[in-house]
Amino acid sequence: MSLQGITYLVVGITFALYIGIALWARAGSTKEFYVAGGGVHPVLNGMATGADWMSAASFISMAGLIANMGYGGGLFLMGWTGGYVLLAMLLAPYLRKFGKFTVPQFVGDRFYSKGASTVAVICLLAASLTYIIGQMTGVGVAFSRFLGVSNSTGIFIGMGIVFMYAVFGGMKGITYTQVAQYCVLILAYTVPAIFISLQLTGNPLPQLGLGSNMAGTDVALLTKLDQVVTDLGFGKYTTMTRLSTLNMFVYTVSLMIGTAGLPHVIVRFFTVPKVKDARSSAGWALVFIAILYTTAPGVAAMARLNLHNTVNPAVMSGGDLFSAENSIKYEDRPDWMKRWEVTGLLKFADKNGDGRIQYYNDKTSNQAVLDKAAAAGWTGSELSVNRDIMVLANPEIALLPNWVIALVAAGGLAAALSTAAGLLLAISSAISHDLLKEKFMPDLSDKGELMAGKIAMACSIMLAGYLGLNPPDFAAGTVAIAFGLAASSIFPALMLGIFSKTMNKEGAIAGMLSGLGITMLYVFAHKGIFFIKGTSFLGLFGGEANFFLGIEPNAFGAIGAIVNFAVAFGVKRMFPAPPEEIVHLVESVRIPRGSKEIGGAH
Amino acid sequence: MQHDSQAYWKATLGLIRNVLIVWFVVSYGFGILLAPMLNNISLGGYPLGFWFAQQGSIYVFVALIFFYAKQMGKIDEKFDVHED
Repeated sequence: MSLQGITYLVVGITFALYIGIALWARAGSTKEFYVAGGGVHPVLNGMATGADWMSAASFISMAGLIANMGYGGGLFLMGWTGGYVLLAMLLAPYLRKFGKFTVPQFVGDRFYSKGASTVAVICLLAASLTYIIGQMTGVGVAFSRFLGVSNSTGIFIGMGIVFMYAVFGGMKGITYTQVAQYCVLILAYTVPAIFISLQLTGNPLPQLGLGSNMAGTDVALLTKLDQVVTDLGFGKYTTMTRLSTLNMFVYTVSLMIGTAGLPHVIVRFFTVPKVKDARSSAGWALVFIAILYTTAPGVAAMARLNLHNTVNPAVMSGGDLFSAENSIKYEDRPDWMKRWEVTGLLKFADKNGDGRIQYYNDKTSNQAVLDKAAAAGWTGSELSVNRDIMVLANPEIALLPNWVIALVAAGGLAAALSTAAGLLLAISSAISHDLLKEKFMPDLSDKGELMAGKIAMACSIMLAGYLGLNPPDFAAGTVAIAFGLAASSIFPALMLGIFSKTMNKEGAIAGMLSGLGITMLYVFAHKGIFFIKGTSFLGLFGGEANFFLGIEPNAFGAIGAIVNFAVAFGVKRMFPAPPEEIVHLVESVRIPRGSKEIGGAH
Repeated sequence: MQHDSQAYWKATLGLIRNVLIVWFVVSYGFGILLAPMLNNISLGGYPLGFWFAQQGSIYVFVALIFFYAKQMGKIDEKFDVHED
């Protein structure tokens, strides 16, 4: 069977499976729609959280970014896993004990103010919408390759499917579907990684393969990679930091506390039976996530090596990278390159007109490399590879069997769809429940609430799809901005709500607004107002990018969080302390005993 | 009871602090700040700092959460605030 045929078959089977489960578990009441009746086992909940978590950013985009960033890419790995330690210890058990559906409800009750809950809804919407833009970018990559269409057509088709998908089941459908999705996506990620690790190093585990010697030699894979990339003018793979040590540090902080503040992840911990389970569930979630996250560095480094080797076989044979016959001829390029050219995400421009592909860093500061390139008649790097395609193209680059390539396509689609669906749910519950029902239309019926939720989903997906056509960054970069927004607004508010008995509503509200505000300001100055191209206003700040201590906008959430805390404590002093019953509420939240199954919030 | 719940909270915060110290040292310490130094040591084919940033810290995080959940269970029982 042809590659396309097998891909349709595998994707078709996995989709039939998800839809079957969603239909079987179709949601009835509102409560089931949002939290699956509060009775999901911690291990299953951990798996579902894993699928929810590992989105297009983790699955499709992250390894490609690491392949490009080298050591500095570790900030994604540490940031997106280390946050679970914070989540497990600082938030999950207490929010579970508090026992309401959503984050804005906690903020509203703890800070005894509908205003605080509305501000929390705004923060949540800002973070979730940005997150979905990143997902739609990934959805576009996955669908364009899968259907062999252009990237924008891929996004339009993806929008339709994500919407149908999220409206179908609600949380219960989603929890069990996500267990199935986790299984598909983890297989899709690890199987090709095992093949490739075996090919390159003879060690089947990519976690060990990355630290092994190249098969049949006594040169370590990372040493080889370091040498190849530096020869071609790129930064040294194992030591290249992300801009600066400070930037890498705050970027990691931002992703970690953003993880602990992202509403669609926190909501997961409302669905376990007990406080005790909320703690261990975070651990199980991280186990399932770690399987992918410890595989990713191997995928990244090996894909990078294979990519260079594809366009220049001297990489593996050890010949002269700059001799003319070692750059492959464009007409002899492998089939996978042709397939990706269709999507517009891989491009070749024959700058020196020799019909061969030269791929190197033409902006390197290493004069020796530039001299060699000039001597060889190279007039600029001729291949541009969108970083988001690396994982999906990886099995094709390594010339793996067709069923593996099909499996990866299915995994990419599963990753993109599951997270987009989870996020849409968080958005729809925030709008229909926290905003409409609690604030504007108290007598809204259950049915009306569900309908409002679905309309909210439809609107947010159209908006995200539109912005996804011109994304502010690669999928994982856009998602990192969403984490920054959550880090600067929701995380501090939740922390203060649990760990400070004296924090009052004025402090919390001022903190959230200033944290979110300053982060948005910094991000929009670089990326455009609401990410619309051409509206960036860096000029106001001297025109230089990363003007605050050289910190990039994606990493600014950590600074926003510091501002949030500082403003909250400053403002707190000017206003009266919270009432007695709030102090008791905080005391009761801190103690597990007396937790109930999450009941109706109506 | 008031006294007990204060002691319980103190024990909880103590545990959180200890876990956070390890959490910080493996990721921000070994993975970022000390990475250039640790890279002089190799772990198989891995430079050690690179290994902490891309592998080691993740393994430690997983262990930390289960350690925390277990210790927290013990603290709950000791102060008689556990569920059921």
